[in-house]
Amino acid sequence: MSYTVIVGLEVHVQLLTKSKIFCGCSTEFNPDHPNVQTCPVCLGLPGSLPVMNRRAFELSLKTAMSLNCQIAPFTKWDRKQYYYPDLPKGYQISQYDLPFSLDGFLEVEVDPTEGTTRRVGIIRAHLEEDAGKNLHDETGHGTDSQVDLNRAGTPLLEIVSQPDLRSAAECKRYLEELRLLLTYLGVSDCNMAEGSLRCDANVNLHVHQPDGQDIPTPIVEIKNLNSFRNVELSLEYEIKRQFEEWQKTGKRLGEVSKETRGWDAARGATFAQRGKEEASDYRYFPDPDLVPVTVTEEELDRIRESLGEFPADRRKRFKEGYLLSNYDAAVIVDQGAELASYYEEVALGCGDAKQAANWVTQDILREMKERNLTIGQFPIRQPVLIALLGKINTKAITIKSAREIFVDLLTEGLEGKPIEPSRIDELVASKGLALVFDVVELDAVIAKIVDKNPKAVADFKSGKQAAVGALIGQVMKEVKGADPQRVRQMLVEKLSQ
Amino acid sequence: MSILGATTNELRVRLERGDVTSVDVTTAYLDQIAVHDAQVQAFLLVDRDAALEQARDVDAKRQAGHAVGKLAGVPVALKDVVCTKGVRTTCGSRMLENFVPPYDAHVVQRLKEADAVLIGKTNMDEFAMGSSTENSAYQVTKNPWDLARTPGGSSGGSAAAVSASMAPLAIGSDTGGSIRQPAGFCGVVGMKPTYGRISRFGLVAYASSLDQLGPFASDVSGAALLLEVMSGHDARDSTSVNVPVPEYSRSVDEPLAGLRIGVAREHFVEGLDREVEAAIRTALDVYRKLGAEVKEVSLPHSQYAVAVYYIIAPSEASSNLARYDGVHYGHRAKDFSNMIDMYSASRGEGFGTEVKRRIMLGAYALSAGYYDAYYLKALKVRRLIRQDFDQAFQSVDVIASPVAPTPAFKIGELVNDPLAMYLSDIYTLSANLAGLPGICIPAGFSGKNLPIGLQLLAAPFQEERLLRTARMFERETDWHKQRAKL
Repeated sequence: MSYTVIVGLEVHVQLLTKSKIFCGCSTEFNPDHPNVQTCPVCLGLPGSLPVMNRRAFELSLKTAMSLNCQIAPFTKWDRKQYYYPDLPKGYQISQYDLPFSLDGFLEVEVDPTEGTTRRVGIIRAHLEEDAGKNLHDETGHGTDSQVDLNRAGTPLLEIVSQPDLRSAAECKRYLEELRLLLTYLGVSDCNMAEGSLRCDANVNLHVHQPDGQDIPTPIVEIKNLNSFRNVELSLEYEIKRQFEEWQKTGKRLGEVSKETRGWDAARGATFAQRGKEEASDYRYFPDPDLVPVTVTEEELDRIRESLGEFPADRRKRFKEGYLLSNYDAAVIVDQGAELASYYEEVALGCGDAKQAANWVTQDILREMKERNLTIGQFPIRQPVLIALLGKINTKAITIKSAREIFVDLLTEGLEGKPIEPSRIDELVASKGLALVFDVVELDAVIAKIVDKNPKAVADFKSGKQAAVGALIGQVMKEVKGADPQRVRQMLVEKLSQ
Repeated sequence: MSILGATTNELRVRLERGDVTSVDVTTAYLDQIAVHDAQVQAFLLVDRDAALEQARDVDAKRQAGHAVGKLAGVPVALKDVVCTKGVRTTCGSRMLENFVPPYDAHVVQRLKEADAVLIGKTNMDEFAMGSSTENSAYQVTKNPWDLARTPGGSSGGSAAAVSASMAPLAIGSDTGGSIRQPAGFCGVVGMKPTYGRISRFGLVAYASSLDQLGPFASDVSGAALLLEVMSGHDARDSTSVNVPVPEYSRSVDEPLAGLRIGVAREHFVEGLDREVEAAIRTALDVYRKLGAEVKEVSLPHSQYAVAVYYIIAPSEASSNLARYDGVHYGHRAKDFSNMIDMYSASRGEGFGTEVKRRIMLGAYALSAGYYDAYYLKALKVRRLIRQDFDQAFQSVDVIASPVAPTPAFKIGELVNDPLAMYLSDIYTLSANLAGLPGICIPAGFSGKNLPIGLQLLAAPFQEERLLRTARMFERETDWHKQRAKL
C-alpha cells in the first residue's frame, strides 16, 4: 500500500524591528537579563494601551508582496484569548478574519542540481505579537517557574502555507527558500537558535487504495519545531507513525479530532501534547484599543520599488549572465545576499566568472565553514581576491601558488593584520612564486638537465612519454615559479630536436 | 465667601488675586473631608501631606512670578480608575488592593501640568461596573443628600465628593453613564465627552470601546475648564482623536441663538418617575423662554440600547480583565495546587460578584457558536443606534432627556436585582454606544429633596455647544447652587 504525504507549514518569523510591535521597548535577544526590555504596555499593566509600530507593518507588507500575496486594503487587529503565564494580558493581539495579506505562493527549488522548482501556495500571512518565555525548573526539584517578558510584544509574522508539501525533504527546502527570501529582504535574521524563526507542521497521509481511491488519515499538528533538521526528522518520524497507526486502527480524517504533538529531539519521536486550554476556543474579537489599518496604492508602490532582487531571480541571472551551472548558482545565492554580492563583485572585477565561482564555492566556503566565519567576517575582501585571481588570469602565478597565497593571506588576516592587494605581490616575491618568463634562463636550465639525464632522454626518444615528467620536476626545482605547462612544452621541443 | 461655597472660577480668581493661597484652599477641602468623609465615604485614599505639598509648590511658583497652569492650586479628586505614579490605584477591587502603578495616566499628567492639586482617589464600583458604587470592594459611598441612598455609580465617589464640597472638581469615567447618572443623583455637573476626546492612556479599562473620562464640577464653567485641561490628542492611545480643543471655559457663557432642542418620544415612556418627568418638562420650558425651539425626534433603536450594551461591555470586559490572573501583579491566592487552580483561586478571590457576572456574560457572548448571534449582532444594532442619532442631529442641536428614570435609589434597594440596576442606565447608555458627548446638570428636586438631573446629548465633538447650552439653563436657574446639608 502506498500513500502521498500532505504537509502544510505555519512559520512564525520575528521581524527585524528595533522596537516591539505595540510599544517602544527594544526587541534585542537578551536572555541573560530577563524582564529588562519591558514597559507598562508589554507588561500588560492596567490602563496601558497598544500603538502599532508602522515599521513592523511595512516589513510585513514587504514580505507578503515578495510572497506574491494579495494585500488587503483594510485590515484589523483581533484578540486571541487564552490563559498562560507568558501572556501578560490574557490575550495575544493577532489577526483573525481579516489578515493583511492572502493567497500567495513561493517558488521552491526542490532539486538544485536540476534547477527544478515547485510552487508552494501561501494561504495567508498575518502580523501578531510574540509572547514571553516561561522558564521552568529543570532540576526536577519542583521549584517555581519564572517568566521572562523581554520577548513579549516582539513583532511576529505568521506565514501559513497551503498543504502543498509532499515530503520531509521538501518541507526543509521550502523553509530554506523562505529563510533565504526573508534574509534577502532584510525583514528577519531568521536566527533559529534565538527563536527568530519557529515552525509548526500540519501533516497527514492520503493512503492509496487498490480501487484507486485515496483515504486521508487524521491531521496532526507538530508544534514548536525550532530547527530545519527537527522539522525534517519529526516529519519523517510522524509520516511513519501515521502510516503504522493507519494500518493498526484504520482511523481516517474526521473520525478522531485533530491532535497536537510535540517533538522530542533527544528521543527522536513525536509525542501527544495537551493543549494550553482543554478546549481551544480563543474567543477572538476585534481589539477595541487599536484602529483598523488601511494601505494605499502609493504605499504599496513605494514598497514594491524597495524590494530589490529576489533569490530566485538572482540564481537565474547568475546562470544566464555568468554562465554558471545550476549547482554553482544555487550554492552561491543560497548562502545569502551578502555572499552572492561578494561573488558578483569578484566575478566582475577579475573578469572570469567561472574562476570566481570556483574560488567562492570551494576555497571561501570551505574556509568559512572550517573557521566558522560569515562572509562579512572573512578577512580577504573583494579587491584582494580580485587581485589574486587576476594574477592567475595573466599567468603571473599558478593556481597552486594562488592557493598558497590565499591561505597565507587568510592566516594573516585572522591574526588581525590588514590585508591589501599589495600584500599579494610581497608574498609572490618573498616565496619566489612568480612565473618565470625568461626563456633564456629556462633554456639554459633545460639544457643543463637534459645533459645530466641521458637515460631519461634515451627513454623519451624510445617512446616512453612518461620519462619527461621526471625532467619537468628537476627543472621546476631549479626555477621556482616556472609554469609547468611551459616547461613541458620546451622540454618536449628540446628532446624532439 | 467661604472657600467651600465657591465655584471653580471664583476660586481661580481669588487665587490669582492672592486673596487666598492654594494651601488655604486645599486645607479647607481636606478639613471638609476629615469632618464628613467618615459618613459619606467618598474617598479611598487621601494623602493630606502630599496634597499640601503640591499646594505649597504651586503657591511658591505663583509667588515667584512664574507662569502657572489653568488649574493652579485648585484641588481635583480622581476616581480610583486612573493610574497615579507611586500612588495605589485599586479600581475598587481586592484584585488591585496593593497595586501601585509605575506611571501616570495621561489625564493625571495633564492635571499636573495644569498645576492642579491632586487631593485623593475616590470610591467606585469595582472596575467601574455598577450604577450605585455598592460594588466597591472597600466601602459603600453615601449620597450626601440622603445618606441612606446611593450616590449612583460607578463614579459615585467623585460625584459625592463634589456634592459634599470635599473637592471643587473631580474626574470620573463613563462607560454607560457612570459620570452622568451619579452627577444627576448627587446634584452636580458631570460630563462624558466624545469617545476619543480624552486619552484613555492610564485609565484602567472596563469596556475599551465605550470608556471615556470626564469632569465633575459644581457648575458648568468648572466642568468646561476641567474638560479643557483633560482633552487633546495623545499618541499613546490609538483611539484618541486629533481634533483641536476649543477653549471651552472662554466660550461657555455665550448663549446660542436659534438653539434647537430635540426630545425623543422614546424617552418619555413607562418606568419614568413622574417627578423626574415633570422636572425635565419644566427645564424644556426654560429653554423655550430663552428662545429655543423644542422639537420631537425619534430614536427608534434606543429600546435595544440596554441589551446591546450588556453584550458589548461585558464582552470587552471579559477580555480586558483577563490580565488579572495573579501571575505578574495583583491578588494571588495563597493556596493552589497547580497553574489552572492558581488562576481560578486568584480570580475567584480577587473579583466581586458583579465583575464575575459580567466576565461570564462576556465570555459567553464571545464563545464559538454564540459570537454571531450576540456580539456581532450587537455591533450591528450599535451602528443603527448611532445612525438614529446622526439622523436626529440633522434637525436638532442637542437632545434633552432625564439622566435616569428615578432620583437616587436606596442603598441595597437594587443590589439583588441586577436587571433593575441595569435599567437605571437606560438614558445614558446610548451616548456611549454612539460615542457622543453628554452632560448632566442639576434640574430640580424631588418631593424627598433628591436632585434630579437633566441630560443633554450632542453630535460628536460638539462639547462646546453642549456646555453653552447647559450654561444657558444654569444661568436661569439656581438648582446648582443648592448644597447638601451634612
